[in-house]
Amino acid sequence: MTDATTDAGKLTTADGQSLKKSLHRALRRQKVRALMLIAPLLLFILLSFIAPIFDMLLRSVENDIVPDTIPRTIVALDDWDATSGETPGEEVFAAFYTDFAIAEEYKSHTRLGSRLNYELTGISSLFRSTGRKVGKFETESYTEQFTAADAAFADPAQWAAWMADDAVRAALPQTADAYDAWSKIVVDLNNDVPSEEDPADFVYTGLYNDLMAGASVASIPSVDVSGWEPVSLREQFIDANDGWADPAVWATIKTYGGDYTSGYFLNSVDMQLSGEGVTQRPEDERIYITLFVRTIILSIVITGSCILLGYPIAFLLANLPLRSANVLMILVLLPFWTSLLVRTSAWKVLLQNQGVINDILVWLHVIADDNRLELINNATGTIIAMTHILLPFMILPLYSVMKTISPSYVRAAKSMGANDWTAFWRVYFPNSVPGIGAGSILVFILSIGYYITPELVGGTKGVFISNRIAYHISSSLNWGLAAALGSILLILVLALYWLYDRIVGIDNVKLGG
Amino acid sequence: MALPAYASTAQRVWHYSYRTICGLIFFFLIAPILVIIPLSFNAQDFFTFTPEMLRLDPAGYSLKHYNDFFSNSDWQLALKNSLQIAPIATLVSVSLGTLAAIGLSQSHVPGRRAIMAVMISPMIVPLIISATGMYFFYSNPYIPVPFYGKVYLPFTLTGTRAGVILAHAALGIPFVIITVTATLVGFDRSLTRASAMMGANPVTTFFRVQMPLILPGVISGALFAFITSFDEVVVVLFVGSAQQKTLPWQMFIGLREQISPTILAVATILVVLSIMLLTTLELLRRRSERLRGMSPG
Repeated sequence: MTDATTDAGKLTTADGQSLKKSLHRALRRQKVRALMLIAPLLLFILLSFIAPIFDMLLRSVENDIVPDTIPRTIVALDDWDATSGETPGEEVFAAFYTDFAIAEEYKSHTRLGSRLNYELTGISSLFRSTGRKVGKFETESYTEQFTAADAAFADPAQWAAWMADDAVRAALPQTADAYDAWSKIVVDLNNDVPSEEDPADFVYTGLYNDLMAGASVASIPSVDVSGWEPVSLREQFIDANDGWADPAVWATIKTYGGDYTSGYFLNSVDMQLSGEGVTQRPEDERIYITLFVRTIILSIVITGSCILLGYPIAFLLANLPLRSANVLMILVLLPFWTSLLVRTSAWKVLLQNQGVINDILVWLHVIADDNRLELINNATGTIIAMTHILLPFMILPLYSVMKTISPSYVRAAKSMGANDWTAFWRVYFPNSVPGIGAGSILVFILSIGYYITPELVGGTKGVFISNRIAYHISSSLNWGLAAALGSILLILVLALYWLYDRIVGIDNVKLGG
Repeated sequence: MALPAYASTAQRVWHYSYRTICGLIFFFLIAPILVIIPLSFNAQDFFTFTPEMLRLDPAGYSLKHYNDFFSNSDWQLALKNSLQIAPIATLVSVSLGTLAAIGLSQSHVPGRRAIMAVMISPMIVPLIISATGMYFFYSNPYIPVPFYGKVYLPFTLTGTRAGVILAHAALGIPFVIITVTATLVGFDRSLTRASAMMGANPVTTFFRVQMPLILPGVISGALFAFITSFDEVVVVLFVGSAQQKTLPWQMFIGLREQISPTILAVATILVVLSIMLLTTLELLRRRSERLRGMSPG
C-alpha cells in the first residue's frame, strides 16, 4: 500500500507491472482472441462470397479481350481519326493482318467478334468470314519471293538463329515481333519446335515491311524488295469481306480498344459509345430502361398490395389477446416457412387458364367459359404470386412495431372525444408508420431482385431485370452486360439497405417473429 | 379487440366486416398452400379438381403422383442431392458462424460494424447477383494479390458438389450469425467467469457452460441455414450442373418446361416438412424463453 503511493502514485499489479500496462495487455489479448474467433468465418465469406461479387463488378468494366487479341492494331489505330469518315491506312491493316493471323490460329477472333458485336451488330459475322480467308491472303507471294531470293529464308533453323541475335531483332522489329508470336503458336498449339517449322506468311510479311522501311542487317542475305509488287492488305481484307471498308467498324474497334470500358454500363441504360460520343441506341434495341422501370413499378405495386393486405392482419394480431394471436400467427408463419417453389407451383396451378380460380369463377357464372381470365404469364400473375410470397415480410415488422404502441394512447384519444376513426388515424396510425417503412423497404428490396417467381409466372410482360441478367448469363453469353446490369441492381439494393439501416437498424432484423 | 356491449350499429357492422376482411386475407395466405394437398392425390393428370374428387369418390383419388416421385430416377437423384448438400452446408455455416458470433459478442471487437456488415451481406444481396458473381468466380477461382494481380487456382468449382456446398454455406451464414448473436445478448458473462474461476479451461467452459445455454439459438440458426440451402434454387441453377440438381432445381425445371403433377406431390411433402420445422422452432423459442427466465439477469 505504502509502496504504491510512494512510487509517484503508480498502481501496480501483484507481479509488479504497472496497472495501466497490465490492463492494456489484457484488453489487447481479449481483442486478439475475439478476432481469432471471427477470422475463419471472415476469410470464408471473403473468398466464397465477397470475391465473387467483386469479380462481377470487375467484369462489368473489363475489356482486355480487345487489347489482348489485337494489340498491334490498337496501337496503330492511335493515329487514325475516327471522325474522318475514311477507313484507316495501310499500316493499320498491316498490323491488323498480323493480329488477325495470330488470333485465327488461337481461334480467338470469333470471341473477339462476338464481343464487338455487342457494340455494332454484324461484326461477329465479319470476323468469322474473314477468319476463314486470312490464311489464303496473297501475302504468300512475299514468302515465295523471299525463299526464291535466298535458300536461307526457307531454313527454319536459320530463322531461329537470326531471331536469337539481338542485333537482328533490333533492326527488324516487326519481323521479331511476328516471329515470336508465331513460335509461341507452334509451341502452344502444335507442340512443335520452331526451329524445325517453316515460318508463317505473316512473319515474311513482317520482314518485307521492315525491309521496305529501310532496315538493313549484315547477318541476313540482302534482298532488294523495292521492286516487288506490293500486296495491299487493305484490299485483301476488303476483298475478303467488304465490311472492312466501313469506317464504323474501325471506329468501334478504336473506341473499345482500352483495357476497361464503360460500354456495358452504357448498354445497360440503352446508350452506346460510338465515334460521335455517347448516344442513344436505336429505337428497337432500347429495352433496359423499360425493364428497370417495369421492375421498379411492379415492385412498388407489390409493396403497395403488401401494405394493403398486411396492415389489417398486423393490426388484428397486435390487438388480439396473446393466446389467439399466437394461433393466428401460425397462418402467417406457415407460408413464410414453406418452400418458395411450393408457393410458386401453387400459384401456377391456381392461376392457369384451366386452373382452380378460373374454374370456380366459371362455376359461379362470374365469367363465361369461353372468356376465362388471363391470370398467368403476365404482370398480373407476377403481382399476385409475389404479393403472397412477400406478405409475411410486411406483416412481421409491422406486427413488432404495433406491439409497442401502448393501447392507452387510443384510450386517451377516445376519452378526449375522438371517435374511432379519428383515434386510429390521428393517434394509432402515425405511431405505426415506422413499421410500414421497415416492411415496405424490406419487401421492395426483396422484390426488385426476385428471379424465380417472375420467371415462372411472369411470361414476357411480367419479368424483371433479374430475368434479363440470367438470360445474358445462360443464353446470350454476354457476361459483361449481365455483370453491368447486376452491378446497377446491386447499387440500388445497397442504397435501399443503407436507408433501411438508417430507419430500422440492421441489428433489428428479426427472423420469424 | 372484443366488441363492447355498448357498441353502436355502425361499430358492429365495422367490427364484423373487418373480421371478414381479415379472414379473407388469411384465406389468401394459407389457401394456395392447402389447396395443393388434395390436388396432389388427384387420380388424373389435371391441375384442378375433377368431378370425382368433388363427389369425394375414392376413385378420384390416388397415390400415383407420390409413386412417381419415389420411383422416378430424376426426382430421386434430386432428393438425394438435397439431403446431402443441405446438411453439409449447414454444418459449415453453423460451426464457423457460431464461433464468429461468440467472437463478435466480446466486449472489445475492433471494426465490429464493418465485420457484421460483411457477414450479413449474403442475406442482403439479391440471389441473382450472388449467383452471377459465383458463376463467374467459381468457374475459375483466384486469389487477388494486391499490386500483383490474380493468382488463379488450379481447379474449378462450377458444376461440382463442393461449389454448391460452398455457395450454400455462405448464404446460410447470416442466419446463424443473427440468431446466435441474438441468443448471446441474453447470455450472462459471469457464468463463464465462474466456470474459469473453478478451474475449467476455455474449451471446457465453452462446451459445458456456454454451449448448452446458447443451444436453442444455434439450433434455430441451423434450421434457418438448412432451409436456406434446401430451398435455394438460383445459385444451384448457376453454379451446379445436372449432376448436382436439388429438389427445388428439379421443381423449377419441371415448372418451366412441362409441368407434371408429381410437382404437387413433392410440394405436399415439403409443406409437411415446413410444418415440422415451424413446430420445432416454436418449441425452441419457448425453451429459450424459459431458460432465459431462469438465468439471473
